[in-house]
Amino acid sequence: MNKKINITINGIVYEVDPGLTILDAARNAGIIIPTLCYHKDLCVAGNCRVCVVEIVGQKRLSASCATPCQENMEILTNTLKVRNSRKHIIELLLSEHNADCTKCYKNGNCELQELAAEYKIMSQDLIDLVPLKHYSIDMYSPSIVKDDSRCVRCQRCVRTCAELQGVNALTVAFKGSKMKIATFFENSMNDVVCTNCGQCVNHCPTGALIEKNYIEEVWEAISDPEKHVVVQTAPAVRVGLGEELGFDPGVRVTGKMVAALKNLGFDAVLDTDFTADLTIMEEGTELLTRLKKVLVDKDESVKLPMATSCSPGWIKYIEHMYPEYLDHLSTCKSPQQMFGALVKTYYAKARKIDPEKIVSVSIMPCTAKKFEANRPEMHDSGYRDVDYVLTTRELAIMIKQAGIDFMKLQDKKFDRLMGESTGAAVIFGVTGGVMEAALRTAYEIVTGREVPFKDLEINPVRGMEGVKEASVKIENPLAQWAFLDGVELKCAVAHGLVNAKKVMDAVKNHETNYHFIEVMACPGGCLGGGGQPIPTNPEIRRKRALAIYAEDIGMPLRKSHENPEVIKIYKDFLGSPLGEKSHHLLHTTYVARNRY
Amino acid sequence: MTTSYNLKRADFIFRNENDWEKILNRTLQKEKQELINELISSELKGRGGAGFPTGLKWKLASEDPADQKYVICNADEGEPGTFKDREILMKVPFKVLSAMAICGYIIGATEGFIYLRGEYKFLKSDLEKAISEFDYYCKEIKFDFSIKIFMGSGAYICGEETALFESMEGKRGEPRNKPPFPTNNGYMGKPTVINNVETLAHTFTIFKYGAKKFYDLGVQFSRGTKLFSVSGDTPKPGIYELELGMSLHDFVEEFGDGDTKAVQVGGASGFLVPRKRFDETDIGFKGKLVGISLPTGGSMMLFNSSRSMFNVLDNYLEFFREESCGQCTPCRVGCQQLLIGIKAVKQGNKPATYLDKLLKLTETMQNTAKCGLGQSVANSFSSIVENFREEMIY
Repeated sequence: MNKKINITINGIVYEVDPGLTILDAARNAGIIIPTLCYHKDLCVAGNCRVCVVEIVGQKRLSASCATPCQENMEILTNTLKVRNSRKHIIELLLSEHNADCTKCYKNGNCELQELAAEYKIMSQDLIDLVPLKHYSIDMYSPSIVKDDSRCVRCQRCVRTCAELQGVNALTVAFKGSKMKIATFFENSMNDVVCTNCGQCVNHCPTGALIEKNYIEEVWEAISDPEKHVVVQTAPAVRVGLGEELGFDPGVRVTGKMVAALKNLGFDAVLDTDFTADLTIMEEGTELLTRLKKVLVDKDESVKLPMATSCSPGWIKYIEHMYPEYLDHLSTCKSPQQMFGALVKTYYAKARKIDPEKIVSVSIMPCTAKKFEANRPEMHDSGYRDVDYVLTTRELAIMIKQAGIDFMKLQDKKFDRLMGESTGAAVIFGVTGGVMEAALRTAYEIVTGREVPFKDLEINPVRGMEGVKEASVKIENPLAQWAFLDGVELKCAVAHGLVNAKKVMDAVKNHETNYHFIEVMACPGGCLGGGGQPIPTNPEIRRKRALAIYAEDIGMPLRKSHENPEVIKIYKDFLGSPLGEKSHHLLHTTYVARNRY
Repeated sequence: MTTSYNLKRADFIFRNENDWEKILNRTLQKEKQELINELISSELKGRGGAGFPTGLKWKLASEDPADQKYVICNADEGEPGTFKDREILMKVPFKVLSAMAICGYIIGATEGFIYLRGEYKFLKSDLEKAISEFDYYCKEIKFDFSIKIFMGSGAYICGEETALFESMEGKRGEPRNKPPFPTNNGYMGKPTVINNVETLAHTFTIFKYGAKKFYDLGVQFSRGTKLFSVSGDTPKPGIYELELGMSLHDFVEEFGDGDTKAVQVGGASGFLVPRKRFDETDIGFKGKLVGISLPTGGSMMLFNSSRSMFNVLDNYLEFFREESCGQCTPCRVGCQQLLIGIKAVKQGNKPATYLDKLLKLTETMQNTAKCGLGQSVANSFSSIVENFREEMIY
């Protein structure tokens, strides 16, 4: 089977692996075939038919994405028949699509629009079907807007929700002309099992699924002289934002991002990384406390493994799918929400600003964060802790609207307070990062020594494998942690909810004895988040991950407990991890939800 | 041009000699290869309409090394104008069950399914009785093969073999990409022989009488007999077993009402033949050198001069617009555009030349649609529009 086969594309012979699709063979040969329903993250659907090619000897055309190469196959990608067919198919798609492009959020970043431009669809002979369709827009979710009139039925969202996330909030409903992408009983995205992860948004080729944007609200806040507008930026944003503004994937733009945010008029540009470090302190302490309660006190009410709680998509997933396991979640809020609670308390007090006048904005690689900020639990400061959440993409839009030449910006540094961070916080943006950061700190708390990995790089939890496992043996702990002597701390890391399901099912079936589980809802972790630049694909995720690790290794401090601002906040304000104030501001509760 | 070929009636399918136990037992004693050769030399082609050589299908599945294989009887008889499979299952179910078992023996499958059209629910209890009797006999002769009924839910597209598998697997009934083909990768990803009810019944005839008897009937490329579901403007609607290769002229002579304007051969996804082409049209599989040869799953609808061809086409397109699974663009949007397009021409909202654009559209649908449904909408559309253009406009 491994023997290469010969095929001909447009008259030139190529040697390819058997089983390779015509599309991949052509791409390898530098021949571009247009696609629409195809996405590197997803299984082949072959339903849009835009990628058709001619195979000599066959009367009908074949979808190149779904047809494997065969020995001596003669493929033609640019015949009159092929071109006319593709053009016809694009015309058909447009006739069913609300092609009011200038009023579309995705104007300028739409694959159907690009195809129409490429094939120069100058007039529409076919009858416009849109007025007959009674399309509706679902705007009830705080995270995602679903506009069926922009949908091209490529099912990328359906495959994303099923294959990457295992959620199946979106599926195909009805048949024939009534066929559409729908939720359970066509309920609002807000009322179904949707985790708001936004992977569907990231994979949608058109404007059918978009984030609910809060750009105007933020502009208004910035323009209000009465308001003190504080912005925090998540670690994954700095390795994605550049792609929206002219840089190649994998370029870190931290300094330029800070400069741009200052230019936009935010009163303080702070770093979610600060509360990522704080999360490690709280969550690491929580883990060690749980271990003690289980191992020493034999307290059966305390649950292991403990699972991370940074990813709001994961939180909503477990609330829907494994509500009986909510006790396993760390009670720590996500870094975004810790930040929000502190901005309107600690920060307000220190800077002597009336918290009433503070508008707290966060820039996230995530659409689920919009939902999270909207949760009723997230008002511990006495106000709404985070007022507006913008995705990486929305920030890029604001930067463009402000007329900022991003490429030419001089790097700037985050403001203080709550702007200091460590490398441990930066890697929160990549799968395995929270685990790695937690291990760096917890191991040192327990043993007084650094984790036994070269350059603090805990390689077993790095990489893009869906489920990763690691174990760290604790030897010669400090006296107060003597009960952990010889304990092998077992950890698992999952990214993409379909992998979270694997880990949770293993836990449920008692097939494992993990102590600590990290789950990120999105493939690759936050760097592959639903709010990140489009496209996101395996190659781009890899590049963003490398950028994150480069940022980590370049930081002077790489362990959360060494963050001087973290040390200071415990001294000045919080007291100690899991202390009373922490408990009130930094921890939360969860709710069980339905499975549909 | 026409070969004079009078209608030849036959009586194999429904002739019931209640000898299925004997035939089954006798056939199961034979070498598998011998049976495959028998089937191949009969030149039996699939009776569902597509006409894939049955012997080759069984051979391919038998050669796959997989340990688990399946036999499926496609009883999702949904093509407008066919009702023959229903009769077979009602009258001679044991022929079909025996044929499935023989197929299982040949390819190495121990499980068979009948995918029964949702609307045929009324057949289910009788069929179940037959199956339990059949199971009993299989146990008696110590032959390991069981048959279950799987009820469809009424979608036309689930008659498409890969959509049928999806439906059986509990998924939405949508055709798969091909390759891979069912003989290697069918139900549950396992090698599967899926045959139309009538095809299976014919294999029983072949195993009973030998391939030669079957081969000697019909004409070159179109051997054997076929059941025809005759409906429309005819004094004698019903099911008839006829040798393949007859001319449409002879058919109309026999079944027409004296005023036959056109015949729809092969249901909504088939071709409409106008009176002027009756002479040159034969009913059989492609390969004939002279004239037109039209295959059919058995649906023969006759229309007399009182019928509006616009209404006929409108009706077909309404059907396709609803029964397309909706996944691929050419079929989903194409069917909508064709339907709304002919209405617009009829109402004068589009010029008559718009029909030519729609003909081009059907060409694209034929070339690019994912499965037989979208590909074959062009058949009825172009044959009606080209032959009855004035009826489309005025």
